Amino acid sequence: MKDNNMDIVYDVKGLNLWYGDNQALKDINMKIEKNKITAIIGPSGCGKSTFVKTLNRMIENVDGVRTSGEILYYGDDIFTNKLKVEELRTRVGMVFQKPNPFPKSIYENVVYGPKIHGIKDKKLLMKITEESLRGAALWDEVKDRLNENAYSLSGGQQQRLCIARSMAVNPEVILMDEPTSALDPVATMKIEELMEDLKKDYTVVIVTHNMQQAARISDKTAFFLNGELIEFDVTSKIFGTPKDQRTEDYITGRFG
Amino acid sequence: MKNNEIRDLIQHNIKNKSHFSDKAMPLFFLTMALISVLTTFGIVYTLVVDAFKFFANVPLSEVFSTRLQPLSANPSFGILPLLNGTILTTIIAMIVAVPVGMAAAIYLSQFASKKLRKMLKPILEILAGIPTIVYGFFAYSVVTPILMTLIPSLEPKNVLSPGLVMGIMIIPMVASLSEDAMNAVPSIMKDGATGLGSTKLETTFKVVIPAAISGIMSSIVLAISRAIGETMIVTIASGSSKRFTFDITQSMQTMTSYIVEFTSGDAGSGTVGYYSLYAVGLILFIFTLTMNLIAQYITKKYGERY
Amino acid sequence: MKETRFNIDENRIKRRIMLNNRVRDLFSVVIVLVMAILLVLLYRIGKDSIGWLDLQFLTSNLSIFPEKAGIKGAIIGSLYMMLVVIPITLILGVATAIYLEEYANDGKVQRFIKINISNLASVPSVIFGLLGLTFFSRMLNLGSSILAGGLTMSLLVLPIVVVAAQEALKAVPSFLREASYGMGADKWTTIWRVILPVALPGILTGAILAMSRAIGETAPLVALGIPTLLMRIPNSLMDNFTVLPIQIYYWTLDSVLTREYTFLAAATIVVLLVTLFILNSIAIVIRNKFQKTF
Repeated sequence: MKDNNMDIVYDVKGLNLWYGDNQALKDINMKIEKNKITAIIGPSGCGKSTFVKTLNRMIENVDGVRTSGEILYYGDDIFTNKLKVEELRTRVGMVFQKPNPFPKSIYENVVYGPKIHGIKDKKLLMKITEESLRGAALWDEVKDRLNENAYSLSGGQQQRLCIARSMAVNPEVILMDEPTSALDPVATMKIEELMEDLKKDYTVVIVTHNMQQAARISDKTAFFLNGELIEFDVTSKIFGTPKDQRTEDYITGRFG
Repeated sequence: MKNNEIRDLIQHNIKNKSHFSDKAMPLFFLTMALISVLTTFGIVYTLVVDAFKFFANVPLSEVFSTRLQPLSANPSFGILPLLNGTILTTIIAMIVAVPVGMAAAIYLSQFASKKLRKMLKPILEILAGIPTIVYGFFAYSVVTPILMTLIPSLEPKNVLSPGLVMGIMIIPMVASLSEDAMNAVPSIMKDGATGLGSTKLETTFKVVIPAAISGIMSSIVLAISRAIGETMIVTIASGSSKRFTFDITQSMQTMTSYIVEFTSGDAGSGTVGYYSLYAVGLILFIFTLTMNLIAQYITKKYGERY
Repeated sequence: MKETRFNIDENRIKRRIMLNNRVRDLFSVVIVLVMAILLVLLYRIGKDSIGWLDLQFLTSNLSIFPEKAGIKGAIIGSLYMMLVVIPITLILGVATAIYLEEYANDGKVQRFIKINISNLASVPSVIFGLLGLTFFSRMLNLGSSILAGGLTMSLLVLPIVVVAAQEALKAVPSFLREASYGMGADKWTTIWRVILPVALPGILTGAILAMSRAIGETAPLVALGIPTLLMRIPNSLMDNFTVLPIQIYYWTLDSVLTREYTFLAAATIVVLLVTLFILNSIAIVIRNKFQKTF
């Protein structure tokens, strides 16, 4: 049963998640739309990071995690074997909280994904490198030093390299788990500018604890609290006329 | 910059990927890991099987006698001379290693400045890295001649000299393990005592050592195990007299040097003398294993939980 | 003029402080003593080797005439043995560590292997000699060949490599694993391409430490029955051999008969210690140079 509406990338239905006996996500229902930036906000410990890590099954690396419910990715349940986890993760890239390039050259970082998935043609790899680095607005800064170690870059550059790395396998979705929380304001601004461009080619889901950031860059915003999805709507509505009292309390800074 | 060519290529490669390596690798690694287990079983098997042949041929009353004459026409296999040699060398070694090792540990962890520690630690590491054969040479060619000028009755091969040198060899082990244990004592506990006006020495003996006692005890037990199993120093410097005596100026044989003497000698396979090697090996193995289990038990049972 | 509520005996405090300082001084004297012993050891060995340690000594075969004797055979024997020990311990040790750290999930098998390795590390080396004698020399009929000695020595130093490799793998930050899994990599790909390269310096350091242990170890080889006098230079793994520590052993023992053997033993010790010093320096350099700070 394929979902005919190709504008819906993710259709989350009744998702529950437990760490051991602790329930971290409670009955989440949510549709994520194509070529939009969806922001996920909420106080720490609300399950927003857990949720985004469930979307590409990275959460399964944590011991003792159980889930129930469905997450349909273009109509296929990601928890069944219809969609291999390797394939899911190349179609859904991820950028983490702290920049985490490999201690290898800039070039080797970008081509890591294509290489492990069997692309060996040097010319093609070079082409991918240029396109991905351009896509992450890093090309001009590093084009002359592709063989330098990634850790010689600044924090902001490292994070854009990680974005380029995830773009190299040509994903459809990029998940970002607080991608700017470890960066300074200038580097943060650069990444926010980049997001606007990313939207054209990718669907972006970004977790952030910075409400201004969510308001600035996202099309839709979801507010999580204590593992529940409290409210999910167009960003301007969430920040303008929230329906739920708890959402209003949170965005007006009464808690969190 | 959508590049569907790459997408399709990757998709295709993932679909056709062989999962052989992901399935075979864990099995390969487990097999490799089991070789260490196999080694232990190999040791136990080797020792038990041939030791059994020994005990089947030699009555226990003979085993626990003081007469050890494996190569005589009327051979006798009393183990007491070997136990005696082993225990005496170990006691002498511990008399050196425990106080000196503890003093070094206390000094390093409680009194020495950071800079001094940084200079002293490598010296202990050098001592720990010297091969035992070098200590053997030291005992036989340097220490024994010096001791002979002090104790004229000392035999050229004796128990005293290798015992002392073995103690020196073990100092770094006692020192570093005890130091680790003392360093693990949280400074809050020490501050409590110094805050009440205790001197460093009082804090050390009334707070730090009692708190670190399990680590210190297990370091001593491990040191004993090391001394019992040490081979080259005693082989070179205490000789091979199979005497049952308590006179440490005389030559005696330890369990380890008995093994060396008989494997490098001509004890033909299949003789009782040959099997006696494994019997001694088994006893040695049980000794050291027990010591280690005791050390592990001490740390586990009385390990400090701060 | 004292208004103290407690009756503080000033003399008593002085005594306590004095005791503290006395004991501290005593402890530092003990440490100086240990250093002095180390110096005496090195001095005697150095002094005894003067006049004996030269190029001729390093490049000559064994001889019954002390002036002509050299340790070429022992050096080649030690190198040959490393040819067996290094690959075997690296493969076995790293694979075991990978299993324990990456694949095993806190189960009984894992705990059993861990306990087994820590106990194996404390088995006296001469017992490994008995194991080698029974299995490699007699059962597999390898005699006292380089292969038999190398295999025995490999098992002896295996725990060192396992523990070092485990530490190195543990030190690889989890965010690198995450990055790799996030790209759709499977476990083996992640280990091979990301974790092992990062852990390599730590693994190499451990391997070098294991090597220096194997080069200096004597007892297990003596138990294998390595021949006393060996005039031939080995040229295959199945040949009989001798190594530096064994050479020291026999020259020390026979110094009763020939006084000069003491000097030959001392000269060989210098060669052995210098080798170990170089190996350890390399290990320290690797550790410092490649220590990545994430």
